[in-house]
Amino acid sequence: MSRKARGRLFVGAMVLCLAVSFGTLGWLLVTTFVDGIPGLTSKLFTAPPSTQPDEAGARPAILATVYIAALLLLMAVPIGVATAIYLEEYAHKERWYNRLLELNIQNLAAVPAIVYGILGLAFVVRGPFGIGRVLLAGAIILTLVVLPTVIISSREAIRAVPESISQGGLALGATKWQVIWRQILPAAIPGIATGSILALSRAVGETAPLLLIGALQYVAFDPTVLGPFTALPVQIYTWIKLPDPEFQALAAAAIIVLLAIVLTMNAVAIFLRNRFRQNW
Amino acid sequence: MDQEQQPDTHARLAPGAPSIDSSRIAEVSLGTARADLERREQVFHVGDLSVAYGGKLALDGVSLDIYGNTVTAFIGPSGCGKSTFIRCFNRMNDLIVGAGVEGVVQYHGKDLYAKDVDPVEVRRRIGMVFQKPNPFPKSIYDNVAFGPRVLGQKKGLADVVESCLRRAALWDEVKDRLEDGALGLSGGQQQRLCIARALATSPDVLLMDEPASALDPIATAAIEDLMHDLKREYTIIVVTHNMQQAARVADMTAFFSVNIHEDGKGRHGILVEYDATTKIFTQPADKRTEDYVTGRFG
Repeated sequence: MSRKARGRLFVGAMVLCLAVSFGTLGWLLVTTFVDGIPGLTSKLFTAPPSTQPDEAGARPAILATVYIAALLLLMAVPIGVATAIYLEEYAHKERWYNRLLELNIQNLAAVPAIVYGILGLAFVVRGPFGIGRVLLAGAIILTLVVLPTVIISSREAIRAVPESISQGGLALGATKWQVIWRQILPAAIPGIATGSILALSRAVGETAPLLLIGALQYVAFDPTVLGPFTALPVQIYTWIKLPDPEFQALAAAAIIVLLAIVLTMNAVAIFLRNRFRQNW
Repeated sequence: MDQEQQPDTHARLAPGAPSIDSSRIAEVSLGTARADLERREQVFHVGDLSVAYGGKLALDGVSLDIYGNTVTAFIGPSGCGKSTFIRCFNRMNDLIVGAGVEGVVQYHGKDLYAKDVDPVEVRRRIGMVFQKPNPFPKSIYDNVAFGPRVLGQKKGLADVVESCLRRAALWDEVKDRLEDGALGLSGGQQQRLCIARALATSPDVLLMDEPASALDPIATAAIEDLMHDLKREYTIIVVTHNMQQAARVADMTAFFSVNIHEDGKGRHGILVEYDATTKIFTQPADKRTEDYVTGRFG
């Protein structure tokens, strides 16, 4: 085979791989939209679930998902950013315990979400904290799921701020904390925000840990932080299990809503990244 | 070589002026220039200073005095420890993990490395300008106001900003766009902004670590002119790898060189010769200095 032909073959193989991944995704999207569009009515957003498909909606699930996202933002981002600041700015990298900590955080990012569900069931829902099968428990578990990702992306954002900037601040008689608070964090915020939002959008779609801790499959009332709850992915899972094709259509519609939420979050992340990108 | 070696009218005659090594002056024809400098206030006294990074010696046994309202240049080949040395004056080496400083650095007679000395306070009094201009990604105004702000000053910032920008010879170029981002300035303007920013904490010493090495010749000339003006009010220490620059701006020059260890693996910097700039460039006492300034080495 000539060298040119080999080059063409390689390009062809790459295009085929691309086609497989995009084709699958496109086909999924098309079938979901075809099935789901009829179900996308205002009732989906206003009505609670019901045994009658024409009366059923996903209001409690959508609200709970929004609540969970907000709680995640409040819990995962401050803890994650604080950890990242410690690891980047204070921890001595030569010390073995700090290196162990780093290695563990990287490993935790790869742990399947359901493992966090088991942990949450034992420690948060039952066990020492014992707050029961409530929305807050779900949010705490999802916080654990996203925390490693938030820490890793925040660390990268902090590391991207050039050393010359913090040296300049210190040389002016600023304390370490002033340099972190006034220079490093403001410069790192676009990166931190992007990473955190992407992590959050992943968590919003998580189903397994919520099922494990016993998110209810039928919730006919608006959720509260300390009350029983369902979530959009759980609701989708519930509907998809039902044999009635009308519920299948509702599930498809709910998938579109979930997709819209996730894609909006990702769009915000991309916007922040482009808008505040710093060229040093 | 054309040099500014005239006694500066602004020279402060310190009441407790350091003792003058008269034997040295007698043997040196240019001794008068040095004697005049030595009559100035002694701002820093460095005694047998050594710096090591992670146990590896970087600079060994340096002793010299820095005089007030004087430009002192540190020259020498790469790796001779001149940048390491300048960072001892504002304790920037403290920030490097594993850096160890031994010996004495006195600032107006006070040991800079004493236990009760706060490095943050040291850095306020001893300003620093870096090799690569490093303006903060903020407005021009906020860059200059940064120092006073971290020290808690809230009022009168506009006056501080204006006077510092004037002293850094940048005011006329930026007065109409103080709120613009500092990163939009040219390299030379950015470096003068960094000088203005360093002046805003009212230091009495300015450390400049190769301040013009990233700039074009015109911007370099502007920085050198500025150093001439600033030494009326400040004591300036400048690291440079450009010998002509040292000859143009400095009153005193210290030549550093590299000592290669006998095993051939390690190397560390040493101070070879420290004297009036004219003397270093015309009648160096040490062969190594002569080789370096005449371009035979380095």
